[in-house]
Amino acid sequence: MSSPTLAAAPHPPRDNDGVDGARPLLELTGATVRFGADAALDDVSFRMFPGEVHSLMGENGAGKSTLIKAITGALPLDAGTLVLEGRPVRFATPYDAQRAGVSTVYQEIDLLPNLSVAENVLLGREPRAFGLVDHRLMRRRAAAVLADLGLDVDPASTLGTHPVAVQQLVAIARAIATDVKVLVLDEPTSSLDLDEVAELFDVVRRLTARGVAVLFVSHFLDQVYELCDRVTVLRDGRFVGEYLTRELLRIDLVAKMLGREVSELAERQRGAVAEPEAVPLLSARGVTTARGVQGVDVDVAEGEVVGVAGLLGSGRTALARAVTGVARLEAGSVRVDGAGARLDSPRRAIGLGLVYSSENRRTEGIVAELSVLDNITLALQAQRGALRPIPLARRRELAQSWVDALGIRPPDLDRPAGTLSGGNQQKVLLARLLALAPRVLVLDEPTRGIDVGAKVEIQNLVGELADNGLSVVFISAELEEVLRVSDRVVVLRDGRVVGTVESDDVTTGSLLALVARPDEDGG
Amino acid sequence: MTGILRHRLFWPSAALVLLIVVNSVARPKFLTTTMRDGQLYGALVDVLRGSAPLMLVALGMTIVIATRGIDLSVGAIMAVSGAVALTIIDGSGDPENVGTVLVAVLVAVLVALVLGVWNGFLVSVLGIQPIIATLVLMLAGRGVALLITGGFITTVNSAPFAYIASGYLTLLPFAFFVSVAAIVAIALVERRTALGVLTEAVGVNPEASRLAGVRRRGIVWGAYVVSGVLAGLAGVIYASNIKAADANAAGLFIELYAILAVVLGGTSLNGGKFSIAGTVIGVLIIQTLESTILFLGVPSAESPVFFAFVVVAVVVIQSPRVRGALRSLTASRRRDVAEPTTAEVAP
Repeated sequence: MSSPTLAAAPHPPRDNDGVDGARPLLELTGATVRFGADAALDDVSFRMFPGEVHSLMGENGAGKSTLIKAITGALPLDAGTLVLEGRPVRFATPYDAQRAGVSTVYQEIDLLPNLSVAENVLLGREPRAFGLVDHRLMRRRAAAVLADLGLDVDPASTLGTHPVAVQQLVAIARAIATDVKVLVLDEPTSSLDLDEVAELFDVVRRLTARGVAVLFVSHFLDQVYELCDRVTVLRDGRFVGEYLTRELLRIDLVAKMLGREVSELAERQRGAVAEPEAVPLLSARGVTTARGVQGVDVDVAEGEVVGVAGLLGSGRTALARAVTGVARLEAGSVRVDGAGARLDSPRRAIGLGLVYSSENRRTEGIVAELSVLDNITLALQAQRGALRPIPLARRRELAQSWVDALGIRPPDLDRPAGTLSGGNQQKVLLARLLALAPRVLVLDEPTRGIDVGAKVEIQNLVGELADNGLSVVFISAELEEVLRVSDRVVVLRDGRVVGTVESDDVTTGSLLALVARPDEDGG
Repeated sequence: MTGILRHRLFWPSAALVLLIVVNSVARPKFLTTTMRDGQLYGALVDVLRGSAPLMLVALGMTIVIATRGIDLSVGAIMAVSGAVALTIIDGSGDPENVGTVLVAVLVAVLVALVLGVWNGFLVSVLGIQPIIATLVLMLAGRGVALLITGGFITTVNSAPFAYIASGYLTLLPFAFFVSVAAIVAIALVERRTALGVLTEAVGVNPEASRLAGVRRRGIVWGAYVVSGVLAGLAGVIYASNIKAADANAAGLFIELYAILAVVLGGTSLNGGKFSIAGTVIGVLIIQTLESTILFLGVPSAESPVFFAFVVVAVVVIQSPRVRGALRSLTASRRRDVAEPTTAEVAP
């Protein structure tokens, strides 16, 4: 165990002390959490003031989740103190934390979809009359909470019938109903569209106006800058600094998170792309699915990265799934290097050299309980067939080479893949596909929900792969990312192509105008 | 030390060893094995012999459970295969002929295979939930068996047929070699080919496996076929043991014991990772327990209660919660040691 050093520890930078001289609502000091020999959180300090939106930034493995767990009672501290409203507290469970006023809304919403909105809002605190639940009073109370947040939702309706965005707002309403003082929002916007994000931000601002402190954890830098007053940066389980958002340049923030120099984050140099008129390697014609896309044409030349931009529901995912045999192709054709096939299964598409990485890494990507080794070699083994096993030594060699090439951390082949961080799981998934030596790689939101460092690595990797002749279809909700990675961008709206632009010719702003619905342009 | 404690087979093995120790203390003769005419006899040998039907069924169940399925029809399949075998031998006019018995066994196992194909079709092609799909045959199978035997308990006197369950191959019972052969065959096929990993992948995450190009349908279908064939073999051994086809009693509740054996062996009912060795230990635990109950002379009315107590104990010890609680107990002790340092640091 390390003892506290007597030498004056370099005081971590704090850009301001207190907001208007206020006392912190919540203050964590010297927090340390160990898993075995590793410290996931090492002497970290963190504080939140009433009425602020605070962002927690850092790469995967920086300790963000651990810190959240530590302040919400999901993990015990090995050392350090937590002070809430001036009183030292120790939460044994998330329920303890909730009762003290510290609530969390998780990325995967943990509500009960088959109960009503009102039941969810007041779960565990149902008003009772003669020992029975008073449903009328419950609906009235829930309606009051929802109205307070400016939400127009029928409290009697079944929660599961609402979109994810509304369910998330209901989860926040539930936190409010418990008289929340500190609200933790963990990646709340990763599955929301632009309007829904705006609505969420409205709700957050209403909360802060009432003195609630909100911890907003997101990988979307735009949103962090739009919403947050201050930001605490962690790296490798240590406290890097606490800054006022408006005084911290974006590029500096990223550099602090990565612990790298700003110059290393330069854009990728595009290699010479084959002549646009050359025969495309992937040629999809008139792609139509039951719901999703209608008559979409996409061509990708060898070594070209074609981005697909569009709002949620524009058909970007439907297109990717139809082209790779994951979803049924109602009409249209897909050819790779002139060869076509009836794409009735992903297996058939893989046979053509056409591979797909799903936007749902957890449910459709990683096989969580199996090892990194088994995950990386899964598709290759499936392609060879069950009866022709790849010899273990060869499998290990193959998997190891991908772990090294993609920088998968920790570099342990025998670890269950589900225990890796999001960014590393994505790399394992990429390794599985690349081991097939594909011709066309279709990546659906490959950087969603992963930290900036891994994001940059994956973006750079896509560039390198394309420079080596691989054709890539790159889908992302983040327009900046699409523009950065792609040579050309196909824009979808309501299931149709509304434009194709060269990345060098457009700005994020003009691309946004194409992506957004026309009626929003004038608005 | 903690490495051994964390091994997934530690607790099942410990339970089995404990059972054997309790037995050998309670009845010193438990461990005694005597040699007569070059054949071994004794309580342990009886456990090995008697466990054969459950062993076969539980092996098949392991594979089915690994694919996220369950096969409730194994008991009924045992009844059908026993009925088929005995009806053929009974109708042949020459029950003592080894050839007749071989044909009977072969046909019985083939019928069981067809039933397994049926189960697999319902689950993997029609997408019916495994519990419902196999419930169909569980309920209908015994009716089919009764139809085959004409509603009677068919009995035969056939030395070659009786040999399957009661005969000896050199030192040990023939039935024991059948289970060993099945264990080895399953273990080899699952671990020496890629079938085991692909089965686990399908069980852990079916959709991710499909996207990775795994032929899910074939793997799931195959699991039910294997389960059917092994249940068929078990049915033959059971019928051979009582020298009769009893459609109502053959393999009654064996599906539940098989599921129990799989779970005792540490394979999750949620599918995915499975352990053949674990299932073997699970079967031996159940069989040793039954032998214990018989020997201790627990009145038959009370024996299920006794059985239940022991099983509950083993399952509770194995549950992740109890294990987690044990672990956090040691962890909190570590935290207590760390606390003084915290106090010094805090202002």
